Amino acid sequence: MPALTQSVAVARPRPAIRKGPSKGLDATFRACAYGAALIVLLVLAGILGSIIYGGWPAFREFGFGFLTSSAWNIGTEQYGALVAVIGTVASAVLALLIGVPVSLGIAIFLTQLCPGWARRPVAMTIELLAAVPSIIYGMWGLFVFAPLFARFVQIPVSNLVEGMPILGTILYARVPSGVGVLTAGIILAIMIVPFIASIARDMLEQIPTVLRESAYGIGCTTWEVVRHVLVPQAAVSIIGAIMLGLGRALGETMAVTFVVGNANRLSASIFDPSSTIASRIANEFNEADGLQLNALMALGCILFVITFIVLIVARLLTRRVRAA
Amino acid sequence: MDATNTLTNTLSPPPARTGRIRPGRRVADRALRLSCLVATVVGAVVLGSILLMLIVEGIRGFSPSLFTQPTPGPGSEGGGIANAILGSLVLTTIGIVVATPIGVMAGTFLAEYGRTSKLADVIRFLNDILLSAPSILIGLFVYTLMVRPMGTYSGWAGGVALAIIAIPVIVRTTEDMLRLVPGTLREAGAALGAPPSVVITSVTWRAASAGIVTGIILALARIAGETAPLLFTALNNNSWFSSNLMGGIANLPVMIYQFALSPYPNWQGLAWAGALLITGTILALSIIARLVINPRRSR
Repeated sequence: MPALTQSVAVARPRPAIRKGPSKGLDATFRACAYGAALIVLLVLAGILGSIIYGGWPAFREFGFGFLTSSAWNIGTEQYGALVAVIGTVASAVLALLIGVPVSLGIAIFLTQLCPGWARRPVAMTIELLAAVPSIIYGMWGLFVFAPLFARFVQIPVSNLVEGMPILGTILYARVPSGVGVLTAGIILAIMIVPFIASIARDMLEQIPTVLRESAYGIGCTTWEVVRHVLVPQAAVSIIGAIMLGLGRALGETMAVTFVVGNANRLSASIFDPSSTIASRIANEFNEADGLQLNALMALGCILFVITFIVLIVARLLTRRVRAA
Repeated sequence: MDATNTLTNTLSPPPARTGRIRPGRRVADRALRLSCLVATVVGAVVLGSILLMLIVEGIRGFSPSLFTQPTPGPGSEGGGIANAILGSLVLTTIGIVVATPIGVMAGTFLAEYGRTSKLADVIRFLNDILLSAPSILIGLFVYTLMVRPMGTYSGWAGGVALAIIAIPVIVRTTEDMLRLVPGTLREAGAALGAPPSVVITSVTWRAASAGIVTGIILALARIAGETAPLLFTALNNNSWFSSNLMGGIANLPVMIYQFALSPYPNWQGLAWAGALLITGTILALSIIARLVINPRRSR
């Protein structure tokens, strides 16, 4: 067989003269790649530029007071960001408080405790759930969760704490409709759990098995292995993953718009409806014009600043680990 | 006597009083195991119930007319979501067609040309940030960029918004996959006299093709369910699909949003059916992406 191939090869020599590499084509290709990479930069600059451009009249009109005012009155054209900013931060923080323990629990369960046969299917299900669009979580929150939440949590808890000093303010629902800041926080928590859990699982799996085995070898319990071996090893990257989850929760629009209640009211109770920056933009943008449009753009600016600080910190944390 | 006692103690410490684990340690361990199990069960039950609800309600709203009739007007009976399905297909197609060349070329730049350059580091970092940027801000950007100058909502604007969301996903996977290609392959290509562009197109791209395709499928899955940026760009349209894409175009996510919040039961049914359709598509795409990237492991 080799002889045959050889004879064929000899019998049909390739043309001796081949085209030399074309300098122009090569340079064009390089320029295209360079240009495409620059588009990424331009897009980010464009996002920032467009919302600053759009929001500028509102900033000029209200000055620093835009941040501290809780007004949002379309009739008198008085706009302030305070309610939306507080709603955004409060719902995202609640989401982390609820979601992080659960996600870490899932990650530890999957890497340490879960029997081998169940590990892959459960991990894959969780990763797939991270791809479910957020509007689905919003619909579920509004139609399934909110009525149950109002009936079994808001009403009993409100009755229980009514008149109590601090709890009576934080946990009292004036109108127990099921929607509100806490509901938004819970739905966001459900949304970010698959996300944080799958990143944290990856981080825990990257820890060399030898470390874990030696800890078990000297008689550590699972708790001690987790507390003294896994957590110190993966802490920075897990915090990075949590920050990524926070970034997602802050900017999430659809899931929150369904369940936050969309009221412009400053309330101390986490059961009361409020609004977030994203939900307000989603609700009002299409009908807005003039100063209201500018105010919405200015809200977008604030959201940009908050999320980008969080995301930059998150990326720096996860990157330092990768480099080390 | 005392001295001997100390000496023996030092040499061989007395055996532990019992062979059992100290109660405190055992309790902490049990507590951890239990709370992790509870977390997983709660997570699985909640997420499972969301999917179950979606399937039950979606199937209830399912009918053959979904695929043959356009969205109904307020208060009218029946109707389908055919125009929204078609519109979503058009928007995602525009998005992916715009995003693929840009994303793949940018990823190629980062992996092949920009390994050591500072600019590439900056772009890589910003791309990671763009990857998780709030999509509603992208909607505001495209609104300012396209909808306002053109004076009307349009399918093109929606497609561009989706493309901006898809680009970072493609850039990231393309770069990661190209980095996995061994350097010796490139050297072999260069040793044959091929210029960098030829090495990239016929050696590294070919070696990493499965990974790059995965990235594109993942980007497709990501943009198929995006709602927020479409609210201000493509919006919605009750009429049948028109070919000029101007003046708004019906699409599944915005249709779901508007119909789910409507008071009409048939609209809500259509919203659930659309939600099931879109989630099913996205899950299928995600599974396909896994099969492409690693057929053996996912089996």
